[in-house]
Amino acid sequence: MTAPAYNFAYLDEQTKRMIRRAILKAIAIPGYQVPFASREMPMPYGWGTGGVQVTASILGPDDTLKVIDQGSDDTTNAVSIRKFFTKTANVRTTTATIEATVIQTRHRVPETPLSEEQVLVYQVPIPEPLRFLEPRETETRRMHALSEYGLMHVKLYEDIARHGHIATAYAYPVQVDDRYVMDPSPIPKFDNPKLDDCPALQLFGAGREKRIYAIPPYTRVVSLDFEDHPFEAYRHDAACELCGASDSFLDEVITDDDGNRMFVCSDTDYCEQRRALGHGPYNAAPADPQGSSHTGASPTEPA
Amino acid sequence: MTTLADSASDKDVMAFDAAFASQAAFRAVMNCMARPGTIATLKGIAAPAPFTPATAALVKSLADYDSPIWLDASFSAAPETADWIRFHTGAPLTADPAKAAFALIADPQAMPALTQFAQGSEEYPDRSTTLIIQVTSFSGPAFELTGPGIKTSRVIAIQSLPANFIDLMADNRELFPRGVDLILTAGTAIAALPRSLRIAEAR
Ligand SMILES: [Zn+2]
Repeated sequence: MTAPAYNFAYLDEQTKRMIRRAILKAIAIPGYQVPFASREMPMPYGWGTGGVQVTASILGPDDTLKVIDQGSDDTTNAVSIRKFFTKTANVRTTTATIEATVIQTRHRVPETPLSEEQVLVYQVPIPEPLRFLEPRETETRRMHALSEYGLMHVKLYEDIARHGHIATAYAYPVQVDDRYVMDPSPIPKFDNPKLDDCPALQLFGAGREKRIYAIPPYTRVVSLDFEDHPFEAYRHDAACELCGASDSFLDEVITDDDGNRMFVCSDTDYCEQRRALGHGPYNAAPADPQGSSHTGASPTEPA
Repeated sequence: MTTLADSASDKDVMAFDAAFASQAAFRAVMNCMARPGTIATLKGIAAPAPFTPATAALVKSLADYDSPIWLDASFSAAPETADWIRFHTGAPLTADPAKAAFALIADPQAMPALTQFAQGSEEYPDRSTTLIIQVTSFSGPAFELTGPGIKTSRVIAIQSLPANFIDLMADNRELFPRGVDLILTAGTAIAALPRSLRIAEAR
């Protein structure tokens, strides 16, 4: 076969077939890391080459792609991945979560609930949740094979002994469909509950480590915890100072040279959509008759 | 809409068409695998009997020199099968079901035990066979599915499976994470039954 001058979505057809076969296996064995022959991509590893290869293998001409990096559509990383797929696959792109059919993400799950029509592709740096406990791949494979996850619990329990609570805040391990323990990628643990029973298919790609794994829609995903120290999805106890959201994950940003700080939604699309609907900061709103209770609704919300 | 293909040669346009067809078939089977029991319709491609148009499209989309194919008696008895696979995919044929990445089954009543196919290992359960089974239609006996990809339960009707199909799938589930995954085709329609699901007779 003669190679075309352009490959749709950059990857050659043989590579896409290999990745597609891996994706089907990953879906059939939820949470299990399928090895694949990762290709060199025209971007450095830290830029999500695993996610990019998964996206390139599933993307078609009818898709609308959204790319987020730590919740934002506008970082250099998100912009360059979006440009890459505009150039190589000529797909429509969007920043609106509800318009996207494929969302590639680094370090966040969108706040807007996902739908059955969507696929969420995570960029994963270190796919093996047991790696920092056991450096040998043969050993971690064996531990997964035997569902031998005691060490992981020991690690979390050491957290409790040292800090009084589970200090792990990102890449907090989950168990998928009561079988495989899985690294959800470095999302804040605030996002972990969104993985459970999610209507969208979730795919995870690790380029440097050459692994693909998946969570099918409506699959039980449980964050590891203990009876006396149940899992808690942490967020700053504050409201977004732009849109008033008290249910979103917040970033603390420095606003001026004096080091003043403010809390804003990490998910920029969510924040913009709320502001477009007329939501504003709490302190700009009329007095809240309920006091400052965090009910998830902004006081400026129309009745 | 301007596409990359506009500025490319005719050969590139054909390559793009083939790439789009492969992507469409893959995306359909990916969605079916992610939502067991849902039925999708593929564009399908004409291929010599006993290929259904959907089986041919899936094989062309997914198979290559790296994925050995096992044929059931009815596929291997058809003289054009081997040539078609060689020409369209380059995939090697294997007589050993335990070495197959894909198995093509035109006569499900006569198919071998699922355990004769590659089951993967405990460490690498992905090293298993995906069976592409041609059924006469998605109608008739109804099965109730539960498991990952299914919100509560989903019912699928499938004609022409072996009478003990539920037992075969229960045994397959027992082996989890080892086991085989099934893709069913009828004409241009497809559905998938991954190893993760549980299956019962629908009332
Ligand atoms: Zn906000």
